[in-house]
Amino acid sequence: MLDVKKIREDFPIYKNHESDEKPFVYLDSAATTLKPKCVIDACTKYYAEDGANAHRGDYDLAYKVDKEVSKCREHIASFFNCDKECVVFTSGTSMAMNLVAYGFGIKYLKEGDEILLTEAEHASNVLPRFRVAEETKATIKYIPLDENGRCTPENLKKVITKNTKVVSIAQITNVLGYKIDIKEMSKIAHEYGAYLVCDGAQSAPHMKIDLKDLDVDFFCCSAHKLLGPTGIGFLYGKYELLLKMDPFMTGGGDNARFDMCGNVAYLKPPAKFEGGTMNLAGIYGFDAALTYLENIGMENINKHEEELRDYLITELRKLDNVIIYNEDADSGIITINVKGVFPQDEASYLNSKGISVRSGEHCAKLLKERLKTFGTVRISLYLYNDIHDMDILIDALKNGGNFLDAFFN
Amino acid sequence: MLFLTDEMKREIILEHYSFPDNKKKIKEDEYKNYEVIRMDSDSCIDDITIFLKKENGIITECFFNGLGCALSTAATDILCNLVINKDIKDALYIIEQYENMLHEKEYDAEVLDELIAFSNTYKQAARIKCASIGAEGITKIIKGENKDE
Repeated sequence: MLDVKKIREDFPIYKNHESDEKPFVYLDSAATTLKPKCVIDACTKYYAEDGANAHRGDYDLAYKVDKEVSKCREHIASFFNCDKECVVFTSGTSMAMNLVAYGFGIKYLKEGDEILLTEAEHASNVLPRFRVAEETKATIKYIPLDENGRCTPENLKKVITKNTKVVSIAQITNVLGYKIDIKEMSKIAHEYGAYLVCDGAQSAPHMKIDLKDLDVDFFCCSAHKLLGPTGIGFLYGKYELLLKMDPFMTGGGDNARFDMCGNVAYLKPPAKFEGGTMNLAGIYGFDAALTYLENIGMENINKHEEELRDYLITELRKLDNVIIYNEDADSGIITINVKGVFPQDEASYLNSKGISVRSGEHCAKLLKERLKTFGTVRISLYLYNDIHDMDILIDALKNGGNFLDAFFN
Repeated sequence: MLFLTDEMKREIILEHYSFPDNKKKIKEDEYKNYEVIRMDSDSCIDDITIFLKKENGIITECFFNGLGCALSTAATDILCNLVINKDIKDALYIIEQYENMLHEKEYDAEVLDELIAFSNTYKQAARIKCASIGAEGITKIIKGENKDE
C-alpha cells in the first residue's frame, strides 16, 4: 500500500478540512480528483510569473509560455507513449469525444455505415454519436454486454460487420468500472476496417496506458480526473487521421492565413484543432500532475487501489443491507445501493457522516435497464484513500437504512 | 398548527415516501385532461410529473408520478394534499410559506400542516432542491409557465 499519510501532505485540501467536525472522506474521484500542491502551484505560476498568451513568441514571456505548452505536449506523449504531433489539447474528454465524433464522423460517415457503442458508455460518448448518426444517416448499434455488464471482444465479434466504421468505447466504464481489453477490440475493429475510439477518462488516472501498443485510432482523456486542473484534457489521434479530420471549432491560432473570399490554410495538426486561446494555466497544471503521477508510479497506484477495493468488497459483503453491482470489476469504482433507500437519500446520509460519494445515473442512463435500478451510489477510490476511509464508510453503511438521520441530526 | 417532534417529522416523511396518497399513473391519452409539468432535475435523479386540474379557480385534482427521493416524494405528496380544494390564491400562499420555511425566512406555520416535517431542510442546503421540486412544479402550472410541455 502507498504511504497515504505522506501523500496527503501533498494535498492542501486535507489540511484545510482537518478541523472539520466531520471526518473528510473523499470517495468521488471518478467525478474529479483532489489536487496536489504542485499542480495548484503550477497553475499559479502561469498567472503569477508567465502570464502571456501562447502562439505569439514575439517577447520573452510569450516564448516561455510556448515552451511550456510544448513541454506539456511532449510530456503527455511520453506518458501515454505516442508522438507529440498526435496530441491535441481540448477542454477535456467530452470536448475530445465531440471533436472526433463531428470532425471525423460528419465528414466520413454515410448512410448504411454503422457506429458501435455499448450500453455502458458515458453520455459524452453516446450523445455526439446520436447527433452524427442523425446528420449522416449512419446507424448506431450496441455491442451486447455480458451478464455482468462487461463488454468483451467476443461480443464485439458478434455484431461487427463490414459496414462498421467506428467502434467507440470506454477503456474503463464509469458506472461498473470494468476494464475492457482495448488492444483486442482495436485489433478486431481494424480487421473490419473500422476505427477504434477509446474514452480514457476513467482509465488514464489509474493504469499505465501505451497508446502505440493499444493501437487505438483515437483516445480521449481529462486532466482533472488524474490530479490535474479542470478544463484541460487531450485528444490523441493517429496523425494521418488528424490530417484528414476537420476542426470542430475554428479561430485564432489554428490557421496559417486566410482571405475574405473564404480561402483558409489551416495549420497542421495538432494546431489545426486548437483555435482560440487555450487553458494555459491548465496546461501548466496538467504537466505537473503527470510528473506527480510518474513519481508515485502508475503500477503502484493501480496496486494500491486494488488492495483498497479488495478490502472494501470483503467488508461490504458482510453487510446484508448492501447490494453490490460490480463485485468482480477491476478498477476503483464500486457501485452499490442500500436496500430500500433511494440512492440520493443514501449519498446525502453519507455526506452527513463526512463521506463524499455520488448518487445517480452517472450519465450512463442506458444502463439502468440492465442493472434493474434507476440509480446507484458510486464509490470511487484513488491514491489518497486509505483503509481508515473504508472503515468509516463501512461503519456508516451499517446504519445506512436510517437515512433520514442526516435530516434530523 | 402542528407541533411535531423530530421523531414525528421523520415518520411523516417516511410515511408519505413509502405510501404516497397522491402518486398515481394515468394513461397518456388522459394527459390532455390535466395541466401537466415534468420536473426533471438537472442536479439529481428526481424526475416527477405533476398533474393538476382547476375548476372555477379551485384546484380539484393534484397528483404526480415518476421517480424521486424520499424528500421530494414526501414533500410533493403532502403539498398535493394541501392544495386540493383550495383556490389558487390560497394554494400559492401555502407554497410561498413553505418556501420561506425552506429558506429560513419568516413563515406562517398555521397553513403548512405536515409540511412542517421539512423545517430542518435548511441544515442540509443540498436537499432544499429535493424538498421544493413539487412546490416549484405546482407554482409553474398555476402561473401558466408549463405551456411548452
